[in-house]
Amino acid sequence: MSERKRPKLAVWKFSSCDGCQLTMLDCEDELLALTEEVRISYFLEATRKVEKGPYDVSLVEGSITTPHDVKAIREVRKQSKLLISIGACATAGGIQALRNFKSVKEFIRCVYAHPEYIDTLTTSTAISDHVPVDFELRGCPVNKHQMLEVLNAALNGRKPTIPRYSQCIECKETGTVCRMVASGTACLGPVTQAGCGTLCPGMDRGCYGCFGPMENPNTAALAAQLTALGQSRRDIHHLFRTYNANADAFRKESDSHG
Amino acid sequence: MAKAKSNSIATPVLDTSGLDGLIKLLRDKGYQVIGPHRADDAVVYDVIDSIDALPAGWGAEQSPGRYRLRRRDDDALFGYGLAPQGWKRQLYPPRQKIFGASRQNGGFAVDAPPPPSPPMAFIGVRACELAAMGRQAKVFGDRDFADPGYQRRLAEAFVVAVQCNEADSTCFCLAMGSGPEVTTGYDIKLVEVVTKDRHVFITEAGSPRGAKMLKALKTGKASPADLSAAERSLRHAGQQQRRLDAAAARALAANPEHPRWDQLAERCLSCGNCTMVCPTCFCTTIDDVTDLKGDHAERWRKWDSCFTLDFSYIHGGAVRTETRSRYRQWITHKLSTWVDQFDETGCVGCGRCITWCPVGIDITEEAAAITDQGRT
Ligand code: SF4
Ligand code: SF4
Ligand code: SF4
Repeated sequence: MSERKRPKLAVWKFSSCDGCQLTMLDCEDELLALTEEVRISYFLEATRKVEKGPYDVSLVEGSITTPHDVKAIREVRKQSKLLISIGACATAGGIQALRNFKSVKEFIRCVYAHPEYIDTLTTSTAISDHVPVDFELRGCPVNKHQMLEVLNAALNGRKPTIPRYSQCIECKETGTVCRMVASGTACLGPVTQAGCGTLCPGMDRGCYGCFGPMENPNTAALAAQLTALGQSRRDIHHLFRTYNANADAFRKESDSHG
Repeated sequence: MAKAKSNSIATPVLDTSGLDGLIKLLRDKGYQVIGPHRADDAVVYDVIDSIDALPAGWGAEQSPGRYRLRRRDDDALFGYGLAPQGWKRQLYPPRQKIFGASRQNGGFAVDAPPPPSPPMAFIGVRACELAAMGRQAKVFGDRDFADPGYQRRLAEAFVVAVQCNEADSTCFCLAMGSGPEVTTGYDIKLVEVVTKDRHVFITEAGSPRGAKMLKALKTGKASPADLSAAERSLRHAGQQQRRLDAAAARALAANPEHPRWDQLAERCLSCGNCTMVCPTCFCTTIDDVTDLKGDHAERWRKWDSCFTLDFSYIHGGAVRTETRSRYRQWITHKLSTWVDQFDETGCVGCGRCITWCPVGIDITEEAAAITDQGRT
């Protein structure tokens, strides 16, 4: 029986911790089914076997932080029919985007014995800041079920079912008692996109905003409530400056508590 | 209710072991028993297996955007007010599988439905919660669009109602005519009487199966002191700080351009918590999912909220892109257009949307302001 033509999948890495790619490998039960549906043509974290482009679907992890990245992502775009960026790094610049608020020159001087070897940009930015992206999958890391849903939708030519609403809706779906209301804990959930599976509120923590801003985040109203709960300007500033610090809404809110 | 009963028939009471017996009996009869239980800094409704699971001696304080558990100075089992989410969770679960289907010789076959879940028994249903069940039963009982799943779960559910002995600061059931007295819709009604040396539940059957269940239990007789304590606490529960003029609030729909909508939008997070915790909100969305091969498909129904962008998505885009129009849609439906639809109001005055709104937006305050009722 001749092998049926499976779409070619590529998984790329830019500046990142590899957590999102690991999430993909973590799809243990589904991984086999996935390899039946796609041909893994480029996925260095999983296999050394590399096939030339073009690719039907490219998943891109990581942010753009070097002049080399800028060139490489254009090449990836050129070689990919569908380009899906995955994770907070690829969709907002990631935790390393904290550099955007400081002097990178200073960092390099303090950290490296030979600063002259370092060739880096002064910013860490999202993939969509450099090339057109077909879909952005949020999360730090991405959620395995959402990742499969996005691939599934891509393979079946439909729109992925990935909600853009608040984390609060997910808390209510799972029956999690609101941390903010029941214990006064600071929580970014009302302005953060759902999707993590209620990891933190389910463990008595406020939401840290790993999935980035929800569809219409009212960060100012949330910040006012956080102040009423006793959070200082500095606390609020820090709360908005984590994995999605460079996402528009979060950056603006943290700036106004500078 | 105590008054009506002060005739010759002795009013039965259950003591705490009698209540435990009721829970055991329900379990023996095959019910999944759900009742109040302390977890995650709140009293929630969850599966329980005996009276030991009930939150003895726990109360809660509720105010806009705030809920705190507190120790009571008695051992009341039902002294915690309302749980964060009502019985909607049980009767109308947040995610329901409508059906699954598999590809088969050029067509598809619908999977056999799963065996029905066991009937549920609810312990501790409050008056406003009974009213909310009635509202949803009407929505899901509509002749043309009846929901057989909801109707079955509700018809099977054995309801043990508990009358409130006190009101939370967020309660306004009195104004909405839905409480605090438990008058209808229960199989067994309990009124908790707890003093230093006595802890009983004045008990009343509200249906033949409730009466049958009570007969199987050892009951005592209510003392005159029990009855007057019950009357006192009902009066106490009727002392409520919040009010809503339901008739006046109907004018909400006539005020679509009130400046208050914009002020609201500055505070509202559009997070959707209010709709999720509201025991009458019934909107859902449909998710169709397939496996990777596209050989198996499932259709799921999920709670939705008029505060999301997708909710008003029609061909070409969402209709309600601004928060002001979403809040307006919600409160206007609840208090105004619901009446046009169902001949009753969509709000039972439970106050959940006030307590569980992270920024404490108060439906009674907003309704009054927008219909110019001359209070803040
Ligand atoms: S815990 Fe946070 S995310 Fe969850 S409902 Fe409360 S405010 Fe929203
Ligand atoms: S609108 Fe608010 S007070 Fe009225 S029934 Fe819904 S949650 Fe309760
Ligand atoms: S009224 Fe409160 S709970 Fe409802 S969407 Fe607005 S902020 Fe969220």
